[in-house]
Amino acid sequence: MKARYEFLKTEAALVWRLFRADAEHQTKRIALTILAIAWGTLSIVMLLSFGEGLKRAFHKSKRGLGENIAILWPGATTKAFAGLPSGRTIAFRDEDADLLRERIPEIESLSREYAKWIGVTNGRKTVNGRVRGIDPCFGEIRHILPQRGGRFVDEPDLAQKRRVIVLGDQLAIDLFGDEDPVGRTVQINQSSFLVIGVMQPKTMMGMYSGPDKGQASIPATTFKAMFTDAKVQNLVYRPVSAAAADQAKAEVYRILGAKYRFDPEDTRALSIWDTREDQRIVDNIGIGIQMFLGVIGALTLFVGGMGVANIMYAVVKERTREIGVKMALGAKMRQVMTPFVLEALLMTVIGGFLGTTVSLGLMAIIASLPLEGEAFDFLGRPTFSPGVAVATAAVLGTIGMLAGYFPARRAASVNPAESLRYE
Amino acid sequence: MIEMKQIRKVYSTGKVEVEALRGVDLEIGSNEYVAIVGPSGSGKSTLMNIVGCLDTPTSGEYVLSGERVGGLDRNRLAEIRNKRIGFVFQNFNLLPYATALENVELPLLFAGAPARQRRERAAAMLDRVGLGDRLEHKPTELSGGQMQRVAIARALVNTPAILLADEPTGNLDSAAGKAIVSLFAELYAAGQTIVLITHDASIAKLASRVVQVRDGQIVEDRRAA
Repeated sequence: MKARYEFLKTEAALVWRLFRADAEHQTKRIALTILAIAWGTLSIVMLLSFGEGLKRAFHKSKRGLGENIAILWPGATTKAFAGLPSGRTIAFRDEDADLLRERIPEIESLSREYAKWIGVTNGRKTVNGRVRGIDPCFGEIRHILPQRGGRFVDEPDLAQKRRVIVLGDQLAIDLFGDEDPVGRTVQINQSSFLVIGVMQPKTMMGMYSGPDKGQASIPATTFKAMFTDAKVQNLVYRPVSAAAADQAKAEVYRILGAKYRFDPEDTRALSIWDTREDQRIVDNIGIGIQMFLGVIGALTLFVGGMGVANIMYAVVKERTREIGVKMALGAKMRQVMTPFVLEALLMTVIGGFLGTTVSLGLMAIIASLPLEGEAFDFLGRPTFSPGVAVATAAVLGTIGMLAGYFPARRAASVNPAESLRYE
Repeated sequence: MIEMKQIRKVYSTGKVEVEALRGVDLEIGSNEYVAIVGPSGSGKSTLMNIVGCLDTPTSGEYVLSGERVGGLDRNRLAEIRNKRIGFVFQNFNLLPYATALENVELPLLFAGAPARQRRERAAAMLDRVGLGDRLEHKPTELSGGQMQRVAIARALVNTPAILLADEPTGNLDSAAGKAIVSLFAELYAAGQTIVLITHDASIAKLASRVVQVRDGQIVEDRRAA
């Protein structure tokens, strides 16, 4: 092992000199090849980084709905149970929220959601929006975060049935334009509501009942007081951990099944949207896209690798005599091959370094561009990550090794007796 | 040291088969100084390739220092060349981009010797051939005679059983050639077995034994009195 290391160390020093000697009389060829490798590296790094940016944008927009949450709607039974026929519709009651919170330790937080499409008025301007009545934890569960200077609905709001409202960012713009809505009032159903916050803009990949930016939130208690016939439209909860989600789901069916008398196995009686599944799919799509882009990049790099192999074949031919001399002096196959593999790797590494540097520069430029709009929010910015670096290095290394290996194998197959006579 | 029995070597280039060696028997003991002579095309280069384990015979038996060479794989042959045989070529065959010292270190490098030991032994060997002050010179900075001395140092650095030289003075002027020849004599006197291939009769006659090859056969094997 030590002897092998010694050999590599010495060979590496000689290879560096050899490479410079080669570079002197094959300047153009080597420069072009290194350029090809740099170009391949550029494309693989850019494509992978683009994929990484996309993945992160996905990740960000899947957070738009809330992470690892579940949304629960009442449905209708499809199985007869305890003497009751199938086809009964289930309706949530207000106290169900407390029941589930108390009985299921796997649920970290849970909010009711009442909702109504209704006009929201600022002076002479009225915009139709979905107004929902919710519990304070709704904001955190559904990733509705107030912009600076505002806040979300809190417990005193709920307890005192305050007439306060948090506007979606689009709704706020539609009603108030450039003005700051916080501290102003809006009218709903002839009642005045104090605007306490505006949602931070966010991208959403999944949603129900429309995007959050066009909706408004008020305390659930206020909602009930105003619309006395309102029913809980759905419940939203987050389990304590992703691992506890399945248990929480089963408990929800069991407890509500016992209360409303349906079979806990009857999945139509309640419908639960477990966003984890969608998030898994989104993650997999992200990885899939990145792999696809990576393969395209790797193919480009492969062409560069061909260039390196081509040069190395020429170098082997040129050095036939030298190979013969080394063999006569007792170089084993591996020892004959090593310098060629090292030289190919050297070229690949130089090209790779160049390509990576240029791509990092390009990414810095892209990052500084003022790109706005939904498409860019969705696509994200190309992002260089350790994963991208490792993948690029692995592809470069493999291609360099292969580009050196095959010419080196030809070198090792040289007949020493003949090569010594080779001019 | 060298035992050859009925060595034949046939080259087939396309349809034509050329019999370069047709049944050579040769025995060389230790501390002999053998000159193999013969006109070009006589088969002496082929003989040297086989002696040097650069090539394998088509048939016949070759035992080098008690080991049968036939049927060994390339890596094992490389090891034998590395340990038992030191080559000196007509055109020196030094690596042009490496210094004299590095050139001499090469066989030790292939043998896997540690750096310090390589350096010391290579320097000592260069000193012995009279180039102790040229360690860091590149071949292009040396004269022909000096290059051949580097090559001899390289051939001897692994203390081979046989020093195998192929026309070592062929590319040198007569003065430099003479110096190399006297270096060989010195080495022989110190106990080195030498096999020299030449067509120069004046060099051959300095050897302790002259083997004449013609048409792939040994036609004369004469020992000096």
